[in-house]
Amino acid sequence: MNYTSLVYAIISMGGLGLFFSIMLMLANKKLHVEEDPRIALIGDLLPGANCGSCGYAGCANFAEKLVGGESQVTNCPVCGAEAAAKIAEILGVEVSFEERKVAVVFCQGGKGVVKEKARYTGIKSCIAATLVSGGERACAYGCIGYGDCVAVCPFDAIHMNTAGLPEVDRKKCTGCGNCVSACPRNIIQLHPISHHVFVLCRNLDSGRNARAVCNIACIACKICEKAVNGVGFIVENNLAVVDHDKYTKELILPTDKCPTKCIVIVGEADEV
Amino acid sequence: MFNLLVIFLSAVLVNNYVLVNFLGICPFVGVSKKIGPSVSMGLATTFVMTLASAVAWLLNKYILEGLNLQFLQTVSFILVIASLVQLVEMFIKKVSRPLYDALGIFLPLITTNCAILGVALFLVLKQYNFVESIVFGFSAGVGFTLAIVIMAGIREELELADVPRYFKGAPITLIVAGCLALAFMGFSGLI
Repeated sequence: MNYTSLVYAIISMGGLGLFFSIMLMLANKKLHVEEDPRIALIGDLLPGANCGSCGYAGCANFAEKLVGGESQVTNCPVCGAEAAAKIAEILGVEVSFEERKVAVVFCQGGKGVVKEKARYTGIKSCIAATLVSGGERACAYGCIGYGDCVAVCPFDAIHMNTAGLPEVDRKKCTGCGNCVSACPRNIIQLHPISHHVFVLCRNLDSGRNARAVCNIACIACKICEKAVNGVGFIVENNLAVVDHDKYTKELILPTDKCPTKCIVIVGEADEV
Repeated sequence: MFNLLVIFLSAVLVNNYVLVNFLGICPFVGVSKKIGPSVSMGLATTFVMTLASAVAWLLNKYILEGLNLQFLQTVSFILVIASLVQLVEMFIKKVSRPLYDALGIFLPLITTNCAILGVALFLVLKQYNFVESIVFGFSAGVGFTLAIVIMAGIREELELADVPRYFKGAPITLIVAGCLALAFMGFSGLI
């Protein structure tokens, strides 16, 4: 065995390593750039994954923009509430987190409620049924009932109930919006978790025609609008909608007054 | 002089690092979504390649060959390139802030780019002299820039194309890269 080359190898590699580390150390002192100390502090609190979701080239860049006031902590989808609060404290600003949104299904026309117009034996998928005739149910605005929304949910948060309507598990729902885009009838919408009162119907036909196809359809009778003096409920295009900006808990719920019972309280009052 | 031209053309077109030697595929696929960042990446890579080839040549000639330690080439080149990039990054940050911002995260990323190590190892293999090595490093960088900018251009257009669902994203990118590589194979008779 050639011990000379072993010694040379150790000396030269060790020497190179030592040389470069000393050089980098000196360079770090000599070429040090004065930076806002908050940038380093915030950089430590950020996830450090450099995922780019904030729109900047890496966490370090994002930290600079935060200190420069060009961006906000909430633009980082990865960092948790705790880290965000700390960062906000360093920056001396307050964070306001957006309220969690969950999916709401705007149809109650399940089996026995909505009229059936045909028998559909094709592919059991809402989008396929839309292409042919719109499935079995007579309402042209409501749920088709083959569960495309259930199939696309990555969180197991939406299921078909016995009436053949999708039901959202408001605890599991993350508001990703997959079901919203999967529904060919656009009857699923994302709403803040604090919204509880909804008119669960999307039928834009006149009251008579809506009633003809479904027992729980909005017939645009305007009773709800009158009950709250026009604040909170608006009837447009033969359909009542809740104006969540104006609707407050103090208003008398016109749920009982709705003749077709299509105004519904969704979820628990204190859920977050 | 003619010799240098041959090295230049060979590294840019005939033996393009990305499309013929298949080195540096990671940034080639990762940073080629938009033309802007891909140009930055290409410039940063060219810069580091040129510098690394000069240093690698000196290291190889005066330390490794002198001590008969050629078997340490890979390790020592990695060490040198990594330290060099760190040093350059600090220097640029101090001297030219706009340039530092333009190169951004790409500069430290290049440290682990296999194309850089490839250049260092190839120039030893081909027994270039000092000037030839620098020209070789620079042209390899130009070749890399060319490949990544072409790729970014195609991918920007690809955003508008009606790609079948299962080919979207990585699959179509790899297919495009393959077609580009085939096209570059056409240069093989040039020199």
